[in-house]
Amino acid sequence: MDLAFLWFVIVGFFFVGYFVLDGFDFGVGMSLPFLGKDDTDRRQIINTIGPVWDLNETWLIVAGAALFAAFPYWYATLFSGFYLALLLILVALILRGVSFEYRHQGRSPQWAKRFDLMIVVGSAVPAFLWGVAFANIVQGTPIDEAGNYTGTLFTLLNPYGILGGLATLLLFFTHGVQFVALKTDGELRERARALAGRSGIVTIVVAAAFLVWTVVAHLGVDHAPLIAAFAAAAAVALIGATVANRVGREGVAFTLSAVTTLFAVATILAALFPNVMPSTIDPAFSLTIENASSSQYTLEVMTWVAVFMIPLVLLYQGWTYWVFRKRVTRASIPVGAAH
Amino acid sequence: MLEWLDPLALARWQFGLTTLYHFLFVPLTIGMALLVAILQTAWVRTGTLKYLHLTRLFGRIFLINFAMGVVTGIVQEFQFGMNWSDYSRFVGDVFGAPLAMEGLLAFFLEATFIGLWIFGWDKLPAKLHLLSIWMVSISTAMSAYFILAANAFMQNPVGYQINEMRGRAELTDIGAVLTNPVVLASFPHTIFASIMFAAVVIVAVAAYHLSRGQYDDTMRTALKFGGVVNLIAFAGVAISGDQLSLVMVATQPMKMAAAEALYETAGPASFSLFSLGTPDGSNEIFSVRVPYLLSLLSTHTLTGEVEGINDLQAQYAEQWGPGDYTPIIWVTYWAFRWMIGLGALAALISAVGLWITRGGRRPAGWAWKVAIWAAPLPMIASLVGWIFTEMGRQPWLVFGLMKTEDGVSPNVTGLEVLISLVVFTIVYGALAVVDFRLIKRAAIEGPKEWEQHSDPDAVDPQKLATVY
Repeated sequence: MDLAFLWFVIVGFFFVGYFVLDGFDFGVGMSLPFLGKDDTDRRQIINTIGPVWDLNETWLIVAGAALFAAFPYWYATLFSGFYLALLLILVALILRGVSFEYRHQGRSPQWAKRFDLMIVVGSAVPAFLWGVAFANIVQGTPIDEAGNYTGTLFTLLNPYGILGGLATLLLFFTHGVQFVALKTDGELRERARALAGRSGIVTIVVAAAFLVWTVVAHLGVDHAPLIAAFAAAAAVALIGATVANRVGREGVAFTLSAVTTLFAVATILAALFPNVMPSTIDPAFSLTIENASSSQYTLEVMTWVAVFMIPLVLLYQGWTYWVFRKRVTRASIPVGAAH
Repeated sequence: MLEWLDPLALARWQFGLTTLYHFLFVPLTIGMALLVAILQTAWVRTGTLKYLHLTRLFGRIFLINFAMGVVTGIVQEFQFGMNWSDYSRFVGDVFGAPLAMEGLLAFFLEATFIGLWIFGWDKLPAKLHLLSIWMVSISTAMSAYFILAANAFMQNPVGYQINEMRGRAELTDIGAVLTNPVVLASFPHTIFASIMFAAVVIVAVAAYHLSRGQYDDTMRTALKFGGVVNLIAFAGVAISGDQLSLVMVATQPMKMAAAEALYETAGPASFSLFSLGTPDGSNEIFSVRVPYLLSLLSTHTLTGEVEGINDLQAQYAEQWGPGDYTPIIWVTYWAFRWMIGLGALAALISAVGLWITRGGRRPAGWAWKVAIWAAPLPMIASLVGWIFTEMGRQPWLVFGLMKTEDGVSPNVTGLEVLISLVVFTIVYGALAVVDFRLIKRAAIEGPKEWEQHSDPDAVDPQKLATVY
């Protein structure tokens, strides 16, 4: 198999991992004002992702590094081009990450409130902007002959980009609320299930609009049926997740919303193929899997590393989730300041 | 465009500031993970409570610090693409591989086991829980290796060929990149420096409590542990530093000449401890010099010839065309001295401290204060060490292959870089204050809240697990 194509898939796999895993972290973070009636609730919610948020965020670092190693030109154009959007994402991730750690160190309710706000904003901003970024990658951006992006932050905020942002925002929100339902008990669990049911409906509408737009925009390409099939699979999984939630199958609902993310990314990658960053100035300036990738030798080295490491990584990360499989009960949250 | 909105200058400032800031947290994480792992091993093996108390106390400091290391690390990876896109295009084929390996081999491991360690006290058997902190320690060291290998490529490019058609460096030998002589020396140098960093924090915390006469037995153990570790680590820093300067003379002779402000080639060459005159040493009025020492450091012989800045500048101009190939001399000269001086001072304080507290002796009150205030010394030494090695590489971004000015993103405006520089400065500044306060508070509180564990046989793991 062509190694550059394989790495196109592997980079996609890392982004799927990132969006599925940090996606529910974002949703959990955004759900605080909706589900957290008191401080114990909020701590219960945050503790559902306590042991894993850092691990989940690491998928972004690995996805970024894999992009750098396998597609240096894609990495360079994307990161320098989407400069201010990425700056916002970085600041949001920084504030969110330290807030998990610092929130429980304070002694006053004001202290915790301040960090709760940072968790909410720090989760919502990346959840929205990742969708904007990927929608724009697919739609094409002004890339000049030297492979440099010539637009601004506002170039990205076009209707399709904003729709993509709203789709990921809602998808991650529902995914995260679903996770809260799966990982907590009592009244909080019930509230989370009810909220996931309501937000699921809105998510279906917005995500369907985005998927249909994507499919229609790429009807002319040879593999249009594949794009449509991925989009349909994403839609079916999303509807299935909402149904499963309604009938009280929290595990199934959560899994299906993860599958939705998988097929949504697959739809985007299929729509991109064989480009990685199409240019709206001149198709000849587009970055493709072929012209943006690393040399054969580098890809071979990286393939060996990936082949050995990915199964191992999945194994021990799966084990971690198994260790922390129990629900976070209200009783497990100590009264007063924690250590 | 306003002249001061120079994207190159701003991007360099941003890289320098965010990298140094990131490196406030990294060494403490590397060093503390190892020392906490050792303390916890002592607890598991001996069942002596003071080791548990120390594990918990320094584990807590480690955690407060760790979150900052993680989130500031993402900025580092993104920054190559954001501010240095032409650099990324030019070296990505070589430079990306160690970064991706760092992620797949080290970061995942670190992030997984840190979660297991913090939250798994009551969920894992004691030995498996202990294994978690060792995994964290090993993975922090592994990640240091890969990122230093990537950095080594910038100091001394190996294992590549230039593809003229693509206009980029391409990897030809990953083994050569991972065994670059620079990383073989800079890795132990960085690791030992990180251990010093953590060891003096342990000493400082112990000194604080001993000066107030509290937790005497536990803190004496901590003091001794930190002091001894610091001395061992200092020996490691010195030996690897010596090795690193030999490699530097062979691969980047200009950096060594700039470290000494040695303008004319000399042999034997003396080492100036400090000098007065123009800041860049070009017009020396007074200096204290140790004869033969520079020759010894650079060549391991007493009279070996050390190339001077002027000769090297002439050679480089001939090789790469007209231009200034000299780093900013006053920066390299003084950074090199502060690095060595502060590191040695930290070791000296530990040595004296161990001596005056031997056998349970109580020194005068000021001695404790010295130990407390010595805590930042290895940290500052590490930071100026990085300033030295990266500023000493200038004007090159990748030595001999790409100049710094050619690596910057061509499409990012000065205003954009300025915005991000200001944002990072504000966010990082505010977080530094919070982080420092929390660490200070945890240190001052000491092992107090675990006094509930007074019987080693009845320690309840339920009470040890962290809850956010």
